[in-house]
Amino acid sequence: MSQASPIAAAQVRDAAPLFAALGDETRLRLLVRLAASGPESITHLSAESTVSRQAIKKHLDVLSKAGLVRGDRRGREHIWELEPKRFADACEYLDRISRQWDDALDRLKHFVED
Amino acid sequence: MTNTDRIEKNILLHAPKARVWRALTNAGEFGSWFGARLESDFAVGKPVTGNITYPGYEHLKLEVTVERMDAERLFSFRWHPYAIDPKVDYSQEPTTLVEFRLEEVADGTRLTVIESGFDRIPAERRAEAFRMNDNGWAQQMENIQRHVAG
Repeated sequence: MSQASPIAAAQVRDAAPLFAALGDETRLRLLVRLAASGPESITHLSAESTVSRQAIKKHLDVLSKAGLVRGDRRGREHIWELEPKRFADACEYLDRISRQWDDALDRLKHFVED
Repeated sequence: MTNTDRIEKNILLHAPKARVWRALTNAGEFGSWFGARLESDFAVGKPVTGNITYPGYEHLKLEVTVERMDAERLFSFRWHPYAIDPKVDYSQEPTTLVEFRLEEVADGTRLTVIESGFDRIPAERRAEAFRMNDNGWAQQMENIQRHVAG
């Protein structure tokens, strides 16, 4: 069980930057904002933030490297939007623990009802 | 956006609150449904260790530290979620909080389980779950099916 198959090892390498990217308050705020508003320019994203435009750009780059957002040039502006597939990946970890709880509670149910 | 910090579960148990409370807080009873052999009783503030007895996971240790025991209402402890690699020392890493909340309802007891604090778990630990899944999960599902059906 502790031996990783080559494919699974690649998945671990793939997933670590994803969770690292999610573990920052400013970045989470940006994601929440993009989830609510849809595609946005940096100008708009930094207008309502206490963080500088430059810092926002850096955070978006981190999110982009983790595959959580995508930036496209439209005219003079860079427009940023969410990449939903990666959120599904992030949720998988919790899903797995969640399923373990389902199974454990199922066993508890049998245990107290029998 | 989906909450990545907590898991909440809810189940109706057709058994009185006192029965459910015992199944949760008596170390022997807890072990028999959870799949672990605990070395001591649960007491607030005290770490309890044991071995997982669940098929396929017998090489793993379990350690929980009880936070609260409010009779027939709330039982909570902290542990290291998904501590699946026996070679790794998880003791210095953040824990998650597991709460069991009991509520009396007309036909039994409603049990709510909340596990929270996942956002503080290191990224590489969370990533390990991906590896774990590939090798162990299909097997685990079969074990569960056999266990429940048997």
